[in-house]
Amino acid sequence: MYEKDGEKYFIVDSHMHYWQAGPEVWVKGAEHYAKGWIECFHAYQGLGPKETHWPIEKFMSYTEDDLMKDVFEDGYVDVAVFQPTYLKEWYEGGFNTTERNAALGEKHPGKFIANTRFDPRDGDEGLKELARNVERYGSTGVKLYTAEWNNGSRGYKLSDPIAYRYLERAQELGIKNIHVHKGPTIWPLDKDAFDVSDIDHCATDFPELNFIVEHVGLPRIEDFCFMATQEPNVYAGLSVVIGGLMHARPKFFAKVMGELLFWVGEDKMTFGSDYGIWEPKWQVEGFVDWDYPSDEFSDFPRVTTATKKKILGLNAAKLYGIEVPKECQLPADEGTPAAQDDAALVDSGS
Amino acid sequence: MTVTATNTVVSAALEALTTVRDPELDEPITALGFVASCQVSCEGRAVVRLRLPTYFCAPNFAYLMVADAYDAVTAVPGVTSAEVILEDHFASDQINAGVAAQAGFVKSFDGEAVAELGNLRAQFLRKAVMAGTDQVCRPLLGAGVTPEELRVLTLGAVPASPELDRLRERRAELGLPAGDDAPLLIDPQTGARIDAAAVPLHLRKARVTRAGIEANTSICSGMFKVRYPDGWTP
Repeated sequence: MYEKDGEKYFIVDSHMHYWQAGPEVWVKGAEHYAKGWIECFHAYQGLGPKETHWPIEKFMSYTEDDLMKDVFEDGYVDVAVFQPTYLKEWYEGGFNTTERNAALGEKHPGKFIANTRFDPRDGDEGLKELARNVERYGSTGVKLYTAEWNNGSRGYKLSDPIAYRYLERAQELGIKNIHVHKGPTIWPLDKDAFDVSDIDHCATDFPELNFIVEHVGLPRIEDFCFMATQEPNVYAGLSVVIGGLMHARPKFFAKVMGELLFWVGEDKMTFGSDYGIWEPKWQVEGFVDWDYPSDEFSDFPRVTTATKKKILGLNAAKLYGIEVPKECQLPADEGTPAAQDDAALVDSGS
Repeated sequence: MTVTATNTVVSAALEALTTVRDPELDEPITALGFVASCQVSCEGRAVVRLRLPTYFCAPNFAYLMVADAYDAVTAVPGVTSAEVILEDHFASDQINAGVAAQAGFVKSFDGEAVAELGNLRAQFLRKAVMAGTDQVCRPLLGAGVTPEELRVLTLGAVPASPELDRLRERRAELGLPAGDDAPLLIDPQTGARIDAAAVPLHLRKARVTRAGIEANTSICSGMFKVRYPDGWTP
């Protein structure tokens, strides 16, 4: 919990990691990919405040103690959602697996939600693994990285028939939340790998599932916004937005937040620190203090304390059924979903 | 940036590289700092080295930049042959070899691509047109011009500005109306005039498209600066 000016904020970090990426786990023959990936992540950390930067050695191999201190002790987080990314072609035993996350989570009851993942290219065996993970770890969410390299394939679309088969099975198993992370490759490579239109199809065809688009579809924010306006079950995951822009480029951060509040709305935006890329502490503190910098932003939806409480924790708590202490809840009539109404007005006027 | 052989051919090659844009960010690769060096030997052999914000930048856009740089430098008078080398990228070998052999994207990524990149380029040019529409319209709206007035405005009636020139260039590149009589507000797909009722949404879409590109540029330039601390050209 974070407290400022008498207001209490329940913090759910809905997108964070516990990875292993040191040279000792780089797959032989794929060392350049393993090195390139973690160096790329490390460069993202460079967009946060200087005093929060880590040396690459720590960044590759941060420990359980680092995580517990940074996220919970210093970072105000009440509940954190592990989002696995396997990358087994590059890292022996995987970069950030369900098992590794859950093993840490089991030592700290009540602190973590262990999401799992699937890759629709893994066939029947992948479906069985998904069922085993759901049963063993009680996962109600999955993280999907569509640009993962798998056996010669550079990626997939969520609208592919093989993906629908997995989504159907996931739903049967009780999965509610699908976190989608787009990356730079897909099949075929001449298409835009970051395109989010496949999520649009899924959101329509699986109305019972929630689709949380991580880093708000960056670098395709505009396409994401048009889609999210039309799909009630599409959410904006703010990982990278707060971490990558709030400190480094405050003016563009304000523009992006304004657009998201307008098109997506404060009820469908969720905070994620993307730890270990960025520590949550400065992100939570900075976001609670944040407002538009000037009058230039007067035609964007207002940002209230209720807006921030929802984004920092209450929205994700709803998605995952997390109980929120009464002192952190909003009064029933507080906070208006203005953005949805505004967007609907724009739509009806078109 | 390293420049050797201080002759007019090098200057001309660098000038030619300013016409090469990052298709996603719609900025010249020279302004983004992506040109690490440009050398031309006495015999006219040009060697250009490019570098990008990350090791995993999308290979299709990377290919376009390398291929466009090759075409731009090859066309410079005095350049007899050109080599463009993308450094520090997961697909460097495939891209560099493919562009050197003038093989096209499909052959360069054998079995992994089904079409050349013209559609991808056009898709991002349309985004650039939308973003450019906001760049031109935002100051006009700020000065009190109404959306309805914008709708009936022609390009020739908009006060001259670098933003307007840029918008016209992008529209012309797509084969969209770009002359003085052309409407300021058009559908970037079809070139059709925007209906009165659709103007508010069109302007909203233009604004968010610009915000998206600006946010990407912020992140890419930030990443580039972390990766190459000495290489940044503002």
